[in-house]
Amino acid sequence: MTMIFGIPVQALMGQLLVGLINGSFYALLSLGLAVIFGLLRVINFAHGAQYMLGAFVALLLATHGGIGYWPALILAPLIVGLFGAVIERTMLSRLYSLDPLYGLLFTFGLALTIEGTFRYFFGASGSPYAAPPSLGGGVNLGFMFLPVYRGWVVVASLVVCLGIWLLIEKTKLGAYLRAATENPTLVQSFGVNVPLLLTLTYGLGAGLAGFAGVLAAPVYQVSPLMGSNLIIIVFAVVVIGGMGSILGAIVTGYLLGIAEGLTKVFYPEASNIVVFVIMAIVLILRPAGLFGKDV
Amino acid sequence: MAHGHTNTEARAAHPQASALKTGLLLTLLALLLAAPFFLYPIFLMKLLCFALFAAAFNLLLGYTGLLSFGHAAFFGGAAYFTGHAVKVWGFPPELGILLGMAGAAVLGLVMGLIAIRRQGIYFAMITLALSQMFFFFCVQSSFTHGEDGLQSIPRGHLFGFINLSDTTNMYFFVLAVFLIGMALIWRIVNSPFGMILKSIRENENRAISLGYSVARYKLAAFVMSATLTGMAGGLKALVFQFATLTDVTWQMSGEVILMTLLGGIGTLIGPVFGAGIVVTLQNYLATSDFPVTIITGVVFMACVLLFRRGLVGEFYASRIGRSLGFNPEK
Amino acid sequence: MAPLLNVAGLQAWYGESHVLHGVDLHVNEGEMICILGRNGMGKTTTLRSIMGILRKRTGQISFAGQDMMNVPLHKTAKAGLGFVPEERGIFATLTVEENLMLPPVVAPGGMTVREIYTLFPNLEERRSSPGTKLSGGEQQMLAMARILRTGAKCLLLDEPTEGLAPVIIQRIGEVLVELKKRGMTVVLVEQNFRFASKVADRFYLMDHGEMVAEFPVGELPQRMDMLNTVLGV
Repeated sequence: MTMIFGIPVQALMGQLLVGLINGSFYALLSLGLAVIFGLLRVINFAHGAQYMLGAFVALLLATHGGIGYWPALILAPLIVGLFGAVIERTMLSRLYSLDPLYGLLFTFGLALTIEGTFRYFFGASGSPYAAPPSLGGGVNLGFMFLPVYRGWVVVASLVVCLGIWLLIEKTKLGAYLRAATENPTLVQSFGVNVPLLLTLTYGLGAGLAGFAGVLAAPVYQVSPLMGSNLIIIVFAVVVIGGMGSILGAIVTGYLLGIAEGLTKVFYPEASNIVVFVIMAIVLILRPAGLFGKDV
Repeated sequence: MAHGHTNTEARAAHPQASALKTGLLLTLLALLLAAPFFLYPIFLMKLLCFALFAAAFNLLLGYTGLLSFGHAAFFGGAAYFTGHAVKVWGFPPELGILLGMAGAAVLGLVMGLIAIRRQGIYFAMITLALSQMFFFFCVQSSFTHGEDGLQSIPRGHLFGFINLSDTTNMYFFVLAVFLIGMALIWRIVNSPFGMILKSIRENENRAISLGYSVARYKLAAFVMSATLTGMAGGLKALVFQFATLTDVTWQMSGEVILMTLLGGIGTLIGPVFGAGIVVTLQNYLATSDFPVTIITGVVFMACVLLFRRGLVGEFYASRIGRSLGFNPEK
Repeated sequence: MAPLLNVAGLQAWYGESHVLHGVDLHVNEGEMICILGRNGMGKTTTLRSIMGILRKRTGQISFAGQDMMNVPLHKTAKAGLGFVPEERGIFATLTVEENLMLPPVVAPGGMTVREIYTLFPNLEERRSSPGTKLSGGEQQMLAMARILRTGAKCLLLDEPTEGLAPVIIQRIGEVLVELKKRGMTVVLVEQNFRFASKVADRFYLMDHGEMVAEFPVGELPQRMDMLNTVLGV
């Protein structure tokens, strides 16, 4: 058997893949957080709950509506996004003139409410959600066995991250978004409906979390608490990357997933905390974060 | 947080409010002294522990303007330290609590040094992440006994001769520690140091331009808040005679924010009321199968949307409060 | 003929501080007026209140016969008002061309991109650079150009010459003359009345949140003493 640093290649590759998968979710979620924070100046604590909602909507669509994975991959993010937009319009938008900490506290309360409600109705234990048959099975890559669905997760998250990046950097809507991030009042005086733009942005961020949730459903169990611990890691990812840059959020997400996977191979005891340790080191060496412009 | 602050300090211009406050405090004290003869002492002791926890947390949020999302690390951490010292090393209870406080202070210093490198919303996220790191440390480390927690911690004898296994003795010990903690907080808030903290909260840049080393003041406030939180945590370990992972979770950090927000950020007595309401509610709901989380979440949203000053703060700002001479700061 | 823009008894506040104490002014279609005054007298506030950026205001503002007091900010532009702020408001994360194309077209009759690039050749050369990499003068041109594209009928222009070199100021003057030829209505705020006297038809003199004088450009020589007193030149 081939070894690298005394570790069998297969184990190394296996953990790298797990890391890459986790990284895919970190990237999708931190991207959504960064997009929302950029324009709304709100740290969306409900991001983990919205991720869980995405997975649950997919599960409920399947069990109650007989709707399969592929339609759910489109429908669930739309539903979660719409839910987010309603929350923004009716409640969150009242907090913009206040200290940003209130937005954090409000979305924290929202997360508790959503998670508590789902725990009440569905219990704390998880339910399995089957991957579509077309993505079943696996491929032998020679040095490792790759389950097709896991490969799909990595590809899908890369494509969506890239798509969102292009949307923001290369389109007219993205130009509005970037301009409104810098000076919302001036953009509004040009005749752009900035309040609507804020609602859409929150909906987009929530929808992205919902998309990640559907993607995660076949990998992890669908459970009411699947997002609550994840969101804290994603916060650390966002602190490491610095929220100034969309691309930074994506890249940091993947890198930290991989770092976590590698830690599992070389020092498993620390794999739970490696992201937080990296965060502490980055804060000491470069407080603004790896890609951050704001101090 | 720059909005909705109220000031509890009686103004010289309002002797009426000052007299009223003294009266209220004395009534409250009398109630606390009489309470164990009417209510479950364990419930009261729990309430006092959380009230002290919330007041210590408020020292940071209300008077320095820093939102920590990681105070559970100090609360639960101190519970472990005190529990371990008393159970394994045979420390007397008073030394056990002091050791818990020292441990929380060290934790606070380390977390504070890292977290104060960023402001505002980042500070909240960083403290949350660091306390989550401490949580995982507690899960894996042996002295905490992981999922089982540290069980059957002896209460011991205070100063070697007061038997704390006696519930009444224990209650008055808890009350004494609570009062000492509150007095310390009151002293800090009303000292020149506290005034500088408030000026940092109001306008950090101005404080910097006045030549204050803002980072050092923030760190000092953070460590003091952590230490007093440790006092509450160590006390709780003795009251319940166990220390578990529950007290180091992020949910616990959220709970103390809720108590403070509900009672009134930046008021001395608000967090005590907030803790009272939350603990009572939890006790009440513990027997039903309705999850507390939903109520907690809804109350959180309602507080942020509707009454950001909290109950005590809103009372001070109300017409009745104003006519009695309680003057909200802004 | 009714004026295109009519402002009567306009009062405005920044938080608690009362900045405008009853401003009256009117602008006829195709006219270029200039508001003169020292710093802090309320010139910028007047423009921001007319545009609806500052919402704490009372009085009357009507534009093209429409009452503007209750029109939300994002609909002011659609009525035909365009605002070029003093700080220019060029976006750093947008390229020059993205900055130019950002404001939506609100009415036909605006300049085409081709015409704009002919009028401001520098902008075409630097179309792909980030907006804030332009020089101060170029940023001012860009800030004006992007409003000209939208078909706005009336331009609110806040101190376009501030901090710019004489040769650039002259260029901005030429652009304003060109705009006038095209029938654009302009409200110009200036401290530099030598520059303004070459382009404006009529002047308002502002002091402590009120208009203290109004006169056509022809009276400028007779008014010099008063101007020197109020402007403190």
